[in-house]
Amino acid sequence: MLGLNKKDATLLGVVAVLVIFAPFILNPFPADSAMAQFNAGYPDLMQRFVIFGIFAVGFNLLFGLTGYLSFGHAAFLGVGSYSAVWMFKLLSMNVIPAILLSMVIAGLFALLIGFISLRRTGIYFSILTLAFAEMSFRLAYSVLTPITNGETGLQLTLEDPRILGQTATESGGIPVTNLFGLEMRSTEVLNLGGWSFQFNNGYYMAGALLLVAFYISIRIFRSPFGMMLRAVKSNQQRMNYTGLNTKPYTLAAFVISGMYAGLAGGLMASMDPLAGAERMQWTASGEVVLMTILGGAGTLIGPVLGAGFIKYFENIFSKINEAVLHSWFHALPDGLENAIVWVFEHFVGSGWHLTLGLLFMLVVTFLPGGLVEGGQRLGRLFGRKKDAEEKTATQSTPAE
Amino acid sequence: MDAIILQILNGLDKGSAYALIALGLTLIFGTLGVVNFAHGALFMIGAFCAVSLNKLLNLSFETVDPTRTDFLGNPAKIKTPYVESWFGPEFGAALIDWSVPLAILFSIPIMIAIGFIMERGLIKHFYRRPHADQILVTFGLAIVLQELIKHYYGANPIQTPAPDAFRGSFDFGAILGFDPNTIIYPYWRMIYFAFAAVVIGGVFAFLQFTTFGMVVRAGMADRETVGLLGINIDKRFTIMFGLAAAVAGLAGVMYAPINSPNYHMGMDFLVLSFVVVVVGGMGSLPGAVAAGFLLGILESFASMNEIKSILPGIDQIIIYVAAIIILLTRPRGLLGRKGVMED
Amino acid sequence: MGILEVKNVGKRFGGLQALGDVNLSVAENSVHAIIGPNGAGKSTLLNCLVGKLIPDTGSVMFDGQSVLGRTPYEINQMGISRVFQTPEIFADLTVMENMMIPCFAKRDGAFKLNGIKSVESEAEIRDRAEAMMEDMNLAEKRHMHAASMSRGDKRRLEIAMCLAQEPRLLLLDEPTAGMARADTNNTIDLLKEIKQKRDITIVIIEHDMHVVFSLAERITVLAQGTPLVEDVPSKIKGHPKVREAYLGETAAA
Repeated sequence: MLGLNKKDATLLGVVAVLVIFAPFILNPFPADSAMAQFNAGYPDLMQRFVIFGIFAVGFNLLFGLTGYLSFGHAAFLGVGSYSAVWMFKLLSMNVIPAILLSMVIAGLFALLIGFISLRRTGIYFSILTLAFAEMSFRLAYSVLTPITNGETGLQLTLEDPRILGQTATESGGIPVTNLFGLEMRSTEVLNLGGWSFQFNNGYYMAGALLLVAFYISIRIFRSPFGMMLRAVKSNQQRMNYTGLNTKPYTLAAFVISGMYAGLAGGLMASMDPLAGAERMQWTASGEVVLMTILGGAGTLIGPVLGAGFIKYFENIFSKINEAVLHSWFHALPDGLENAIVWVFEHFVGSGWHLTLGLLFMLVVTFLPGGLVEGGQRLGRLFGRKKDAEEKTATQSTPAE
Repeated sequence: MDAIILQILNGLDKGSAYALIALGLTLIFGTLGVVNFAHGALFMIGAFCAVSLNKLLNLSFETVDPTRTDFLGNPAKIKTPYVESWFGPEFGAALIDWSVPLAILFSIPIMIAIGFIMERGLIKHFYRRPHADQILVTFGLAIVLQELIKHYYGANPIQTPAPDAFRGSFDFGAILGFDPNTIIYPYWRMIYFAFAAVVIGGVFAFLQFTTFGMVVRAGMADRETVGLLGINIDKRFTIMFGLAAAVAGLAGVMYAPINSPNYHMGMDFLVLSFVVVVVGGMGSLPGAVAAGFLLGILESFASMNEIKSILPGIDQIIIYVAAIIILLTRPRGLLGRKGVMED
Repeated sequence: MGILEVKNVGKRFGGLQALGDVNLSVAENSVHAIIGPNGAGKSTLLNCLVGKLIPDTGSVMFDGQSVLGRTPYEINQMGISRVFQTPEIFADLTVMENMMIPCFAKRDGAFKLNGIKSVESEAEIRDRAEAMMEDMNLAEKRHMHAASMSRGDKRRLEIAMCLAQEPRLLLLDEPTAGMARADTNNTIDLLKEIKQKRDITIVIIEHDMHVVFSLAERITVLAQGTPLVEDVPSKIKGHPKVREAYLGETAAA
């Protein structure tokens, strides 16, 4: 199906089902129940899931396949966001040209940075990409203010010229982003019993693009090009002595991966038309690295899982505060309650970054293969017998 | 002419900080073969050692002075730092005033201990892992350290003044025969530069003249052979890491009065220090120091108004531009050697 | 005129003259061995042939074209393949994938952005890889990860990968170094078989005299960066200059 083998087609199908039914799946608790705080079926959060999913899938095409660890990928995301907002300001509120432009500009930017950074490998490469991203971040804050609007961030105003469209709506407001008239922000609410499920246009458009991005990523993984990239990771020396020029291979991977980041940035701006320099900061680059590693670098589904995992817990952890913690542990003796709350307090609310850093260390140290590897280990633990069958299955799959 | 001298002087203090951090990074690269993204965090922790000592010395108790009243008519409360009541008002006040230099003594054991714990507890397990894993785990550690500091000290910069005696500036111009007040340079920055020079000199002397240093230098040139000689490198690695942590920490302690410490100063300096290391040549200690000063001075020249008016924003990115040019023309950096950290 | 012509090649590393004035002519479809004591410059010479090093003086011509100034992958595309002392293979990939990569390199050249077609649909490449694995007794291991193979099999795979590119010249850098006797003999048989089956020129650098005398048609003895003698094996055995070069070194040490 679609040029995929059975296993990959199933995987794509599973992701498609998850994306389509996410408003139900992520909303298991009735709206007025105590557990409702663990729901994640809000348009805003679901949009973040799929957009960061795209970002991580793209990052994985570079890091997972070639092993080149870029620490500057957020720069491409930021460039994508700026391009999209400019498109909204100058051309039209339709998201299609905005997204196309953000991919093109991010791709060109990646071509430039990749061309220079890929002259070196290993740590040199990581440091170079980090330096480039920091440079972009600083420029966006200072000299490039006419383009980026500095610290305030680039926003739509009531004076935007907008060639194909109106400067302001009849009621005097700023027009909203849309896909041929379909407003990105509009949400249908379906109330069923105590549950309220939300279906947002923007989410479904981003979700559709995630599926396309994921599909292309599968095709690249299974193509001769993808095999060459894995060969680059495995042994560059042998590549060279097999008559292959590694540089265009890695550069192509870098640019493709930069375009994925640009797409994610463009989508972010399409959901909420503003762009700020902080999207380009090294912490943002670090976050996508973590998503990919946490899910499982070099695996197909890993980055999507990692992005969902991190964005979900970011949302939950940020909502928890001291009062919530006390309400959880109030059954315990006072001293113990205070001690536990004191410990947990470090990790929740604004302490989410601390949790993130710790998670980073734990995953790299104990689970370098990420959640996918963890799942496989668990699977092996619970099903020795099944494992034996699987072995024969995996042994025969690559040949097909 | 006076403007040029002024810019060179201005570049020295930042250059000193770059050089000290880059020196530690290079020591760790060269001996342990580890890329330490948490090195900037060590610099930051050093600066917060100064902050902590300052706060500790300022701990006060309140007494009520019945003879005086505040503007509301209540009896006035007077805060007296404990140190002043213990050691007498004069000596106590002097202690508080000199808290930053005193923090040097306070920070060395702390930094060495942190270095040991980091190496034994974490870095040790990553010697045989790929560089990417080393980068990632130390990156995670850097986030953890910086968030902990943020949790306890808040997100805002904390002013940590230098001793009174060093506030104010020195008029260099007068000495060199220029008009007075054309080249003035704060005392504390002079001290920072002198201090950095002493620390750098100390590290080089240590490596040059002790047996320990000899083994370390041999290890930097050829790790495997030193291992084959049966020398216990592991222990030396730990000590080396402690030393590098102490150097970064000291750089941070003394930097506190120049730039009020905040939780993200470590990462800001780290990125630049990595660039410095790359420019100097991975694995070359003199290269790291030279490039540190060079880039510090370059940065201060780029922030001159005359230059900024021609190339706006150049001061923000000059270091990166320099790094890119050098990497394109001399891929191994200024003083890098073949075969050191090539992959 | 041989297929490989090395003329007056010299290479210095700082104060060390690694290669003095090397002249070498390798006839097409012959097996030519280069031997010499440690530090004679064998590896340096080899690196000059494949583009890893650029000699200071002299010329290296392959099939009438100069290789100097070309990168390793360009030289490889000219028809020179190299086998390393420790097998250089794609350890993380399966044997099948290892075999397909040189087949792609042969068909598509140094770079092709072939990102949409699946590897599975490349029947032509698969057939060639399969045929080569069949030929080299690797077919049963096709789904094994290359890293988990025995050393002898890794060597076999590396040679198979080189041959899959149908090179005109195969360079072997101490192919039996560190091997047990049985593995060494297997490798000798393998190389003999290869030579029998196809038109290929082989240049082999070797320490093990047993290997050299079982395979080589001509032998060049290198000492201190210059060729001492070049002759057929029977004449090299017991040649006074050769003995001097080896014994002289042992005596000095």
